[in-house]
Amino acid sequence: MSRVLTIVLALVVAVALAPFVQWAFIDAVWRPDAAACRAAHGACWGFIAEKHRFILFGTYPYDQHWRAALATVLLLALWTVSALRAFWRPWLAFVWAGGLALIGVLLWGGILGLPYVENERWGGLILTLLLSTLGLAIAFPLSILLALGRRSTLPMIRALCIAYIELVRGVPLISLLFMASVMLPLFLPGGMTIDKLARAQIALVLFAAAYLAEVIRGGLQAIARGQYDAAAAIGLGYWGAMRAVILPQALRIAVPLLVNTFVGFFKDTSLVLIIGLFDLLSTIKVALTEPAWNGYGVEAYLFAALVYFIFCFSMSRYSRRFEHRAPETLTLREPA
Amino acid sequence: MAAAVVALGWFVISNTAANLEARHIASGFAFLEREAGFEIGESFFLRYSAADSYGRALVVGLGNTLAVAAIGIVLATVLGGAIGLARLARNALLRALAAAYVEFLRNVPLLVQLFFWYALITEALPGPRQALSPLPGVFLTNRGIFFPMPGSVPQLAGFNFVGGTALSPEFAALLIGLVIYTAAFIAEIVRAGILAIERGQLDAAYALGLSRWQVTRLVVLPQALRVIVPPLTSQYLNLTKNSSLAVAIGYPDLVSIANTTINQTGQAIEGVAVIMAVYLSVSLSISACMNWYNARVALK
Repeated sequence: MSRVLTIVLALVVAVALAPFVQWAFIDAVWRPDAAACRAAHGACWGFIAEKHRFILFGTYPYDQHWRAALATVLLLALWTVSALRAFWRPWLAFVWAGGLALIGVLLWGGILGLPYVENERWGGLILTLLLSTLGLAIAFPLSILLALGRRSTLPMIRALCIAYIELVRGVPLISLLFMASVMLPLFLPGGMTIDKLARAQIALVLFAAAYLAEVIRGGLQAIARGQYDAAAAIGLGYWGAMRAVILPQALRIAVPLLVNTFVGFFKDTSLVLIIGLFDLLSTIKVALTEPAWNGYGVEAYLFAALVYFIFCFSMSRYSRRFEHRAPETLTLREPA
Repeated sequence: MAAAVVALGWFVISNTAANLEARHIASGFAFLEREAGFEIGESFFLRYSAADSYGRALVVGLGNTLAVAAIGIVLATVLGGAIGLARLARNALLRALAAAYVEFLRNVPLLVQLFFWYALITEALPGPRQALSPLPGVFLTNRGIFFPMPGSVPQLAGFNFVGGTALSPEFAALLIGLVIYTAAFIAEIVRAGILAIERGQLDAAYALGLSRWQVTRLVVLPQALRVIVPPLTSQYLNLTKNSSLAVAIGYPDLVSIANTTINQTGQAIEGVAVIMAVYLSVSLSISACMNWYNARVALK
């Protein structure tokens, strides 16, 4: 029975896959030649080859692309280093601060003989990576405060935190992005302006903080009552107990779910396209509007899917390493 | 603390009032009565024309949102349930296929998937004259997907099909994208729910002489549902909220129409307030229904 099913399934997969392989590989055009693409029956990967600089760097000045490329590599290196347990030390925060400062210098320029590039011209992969990185970096401390606030014994603080978290989680991200792009300028005193990139970043931070807060609250709830009592017994106050006893354990428990939330947030940054920012998906969409390369949306979005998949899948795989570890071994270890 | 919140609130409100006055925008919801003046591509429940009011346009958008969300929730549950069961199948190839489905679709942004399906429908499908017909009476074209209805079958007339029911390319892409994306998450929830049942429960049920079907219905499902329902609720909410991505591919959902309204009238605060109020009410209603259901299946 099972063998018959295997054969039938294998046949179905083969029949479905054969035309795809024919289209995507055998009949495909790989060189950036629009005329050859029009003549061919297969996929036009030449579109990606032709537009790869625009897709990766957006409207960043062409002769300065090396700066955006270097910034991208730096940011990826920072993430890779942070994924290794051996580097989970306090000095990692300083490495991040230094790394981000260096990336800022590279992208903005204006010193060391680098021409100044205003952030309206930043785009492509580095924008997607920066929006997610800065979004998480700012949202994370905020979410810890929100999670603690939601469990606070002060009714005013608890009510505010619950209202904030539930409001943000109840509405679509796109409505927060609209709010940031059309309403935020109205909230500020006359004459004060903030650019589109910063407004989108604020909306993403407010969004991520609410979701991360719920994950951290889950971690806090998993800490046994005795830990609080023990912390109080050795004379620690509220903040001392949180910093030295409760949070290190709660955050460790929450790591797998936190990484899942990071993955979701990374995917969600693609929504900035709707308010007109040039992230990775947006540069791909804009590249398609050139008449010579019109009509290769299927190829373009398969490529986008592949890039996002590589990032998200590696993060998901990474979080799974923690799930296989029994929770006890995580909580019983001394906080680093 | 309370004083800080009040001060911040006063600061924001006074700035907003000053800015609105400087831009000559009257606040309030009076604009809802005014003539909208834009066409809406499709409407599920109400008739609408450009001469109708903004208020009616927004209600049409809400109807479109609810339609795609309701159909999407049903289809995503069926597909997700099937894939979740396939991940636990005895056949190794079936398990591997289901796992590949879940891994790939969960890790690609929904917006990319929506653009992909929209491009596939509008670029790769043929025009009405060369329409693909996978089943008798069903036609796939770059102008939409046509289904037969009782008493009415789609027929080629001139440059397009008439009769039966048509799904616009925008609606079809949104529905396919939402269902396929959400199903990947539902599959994982269903799988986890079934895996949560202790082996001893099954042994005990079979020892009582229950048949395979009885075991599934009386032992497996009631226990699995208890684990499945709460996370399933959040997936239903996610699907409903994600339907707002319609604005990116041009399906006239609530957000898309509110966006047009904001652009035409400049009533940004009211427009965003309408979107948020509607989604909050929909979210709370779905939560309430699922909580009621959850209370029914929970341990007494």
